[in-house]
Amino acid sequence: MMSPRSRYLDATALTLGFAFLYLPIVILVIFSFNASQLVTVWGGFSTRWYAGLWQNRQLMDAAWMTLKVATLSALLATVIGTLAALALTRYARFRGRTLFSGLVYAPIVMPEVITGLSLLLLFVSLGLERGFWTVTVAHATFTCGFVAVVVQSRLVTFDRSLEEAAADLGAKPWQVFTHVTLPIIAPAVIAGFLLAFTLSLDDLVIASFTTGPGATTLPMRVYSQVRLGVTPEINAISTLMIAAVTVLVIAASLATKRGAARG
Amino acid sequence: MSERATRRTIILVPYLWLALFFLVPFAIVAKMSLSQVATAIPPYTPVFGLEDGPAVWLAKARELSLDNYAVLAGDRLYIDAFLSSLRIALIGTAILLLIGYPMAHAMARAPERWRAVLVMAVILPFWTSFLIRVYAWIGILKPEGLLNELLIGAPLAIANTETAVIIGVVYSYLPFMVLPLYAALERMDRTLLEAAADLGCPPWLAFWRITVPLSLPGIVAGCFLCFIPITGEVVIPDLLGGSDTLMIGKTLWTEFFSNRDWPVASAVAVVLLVILVGPIMVYQRHQGRQLEAGR
Repeated sequence: MMSPRSRYLDATALTLGFAFLYLPIVILVIFSFNASQLVTVWGGFSTRWYAGLWQNRQLMDAAWMTLKVATLSALLATVIGTLAALALTRYARFRGRTLFSGLVYAPIVMPEVITGLSLLLLFVSLGLERGFWTVTVAHATFTCGFVAVVVQSRLVTFDRSLEEAAADLGAKPWQVFTHVTLPIIAPAVIAGFLLAFTLSLDDLVIASFTTGPGATTLPMRVYSQVRLGVTPEINAISTLMIAAVTVLVIAASLATKRGAARG
Repeated sequence: MSERATRRTIILVPYLWLALFFLVPFAIVAKMSLSQVATAIPPYTPVFGLEDGPAVWLAKARELSLDNYAVLAGDRLYIDAFLSSLRIALIGTAILLLIGYPMAHAMARAPERWRAVLVMAVILPFWTSFLIRVYAWIGILKPEGLLNELLIGAPLAIANTETAVIIGVVYSYLPFMVLPLYAALERMDRTLLEAAADLGCPPWLAFWRITVPLSLPGIVAGCFLCFIPITGEVVIPDLLGGSDTLMIGKTLWTEFFSNRDWPVASAVAVVLLVILVGPIMVYQRHQGRQLEAGR
């Protein structure tokens, strides 16, 4: 079995690694409750920065816009990404398949400045008015590859004989899909949706390129404030966003765990 | 729906979407990078229109020029920006591998009931805002920041340097390195190590000869997943780097948003893409093979 020495090494690697990952976030959260305006001097516990947030209309508008974009673009990305995953796992041969798989995976690693600039130039060439819709389409495009990878990893372990059995028993293709395929890949589809949703919430670069007046997202607002310096108010926004995401992720993982236990 | 129609829908919907919103835009960027500033400053007039005849195309083709590329090649600023982006991405990826591998290795060897929690703990920071995680480091690294408060007497000037950018890059991309490594290490057949030990192989040699080669797919995936986006990074050098820390993504951003020089920004994008197209193709081949091998 494992020697005490290697167990000690493992514990060290994990402690240091997680300390590195979490300490900055913990410090940020602590200083959001600082009564002092100075970020490095502790002036006592206070929630004044949180109270101030609700009065900030610009920020609230941006948060609402971000949620709308994220929901719609994640829905689009889930449909496109799931279809792409089906195409790549089910059809071993079709014309242009190599190009297709390139188009699916490349957006995952493509630097955001390139995706953002190229989409902007497309929207300008098409004469589209930039705003909510252009950001939504841009986000769906760069997130659908992530959905495809998540769904594909579930599809490759899929037992095709279940679908054949359903078809033999007289189910029509779409019935097979909605009654057999979809329930089995559902956890991956949901995970893909959540991934696309948070990627969209988080995106600054692509949104900055493809947005127009009246469609400023939360990361764009936060960014313009961050560039002016560190303020406790930004710590407060950040803490709220971290709290919201943590609750969402834990809820989602409990839901899939319960789903897995039942099914 | 018939079998054929189903097949056609499943393939064509994502294909057309990605072709229109991912492939076609590159052609427009390439075209823009060859146009003159005068015709391309917003509101810019399209260089080519389908409604024009061949004669007009030919006339317009003569107006295309490599001027923007000459600007890039002639100015040290751009060359330095490209080089320092590649250097930061390379150093950052190497440090990520050095930090990420021991973590992933320890996670894969942890008791089974802990593993899910550990994976969750790695993913959780990734779900929180990237911008905020970079922002958190400003407060730590700046001259009157927390790090220097703790190190009274020996203040470090890390803020606004390349070191700060590398710290930010390593911090932001750590989950992207750990998760593929963990996936590869967790799948590994542990009995191979036991067999090696039974045959008298010391643990370090077994690690080098068995664990590392078997985790190679994870190493490749993790390194490419970090290296490629870091090269084009904008936010980290902007917030943590100084005015002398050049990175090409930030340069493109400035050309576009501050100087409003769309053609030069496009030329920068084209050169960046040419540099990264090799790594991107290696990555997507690898990704496709891994997924289709049915892991």
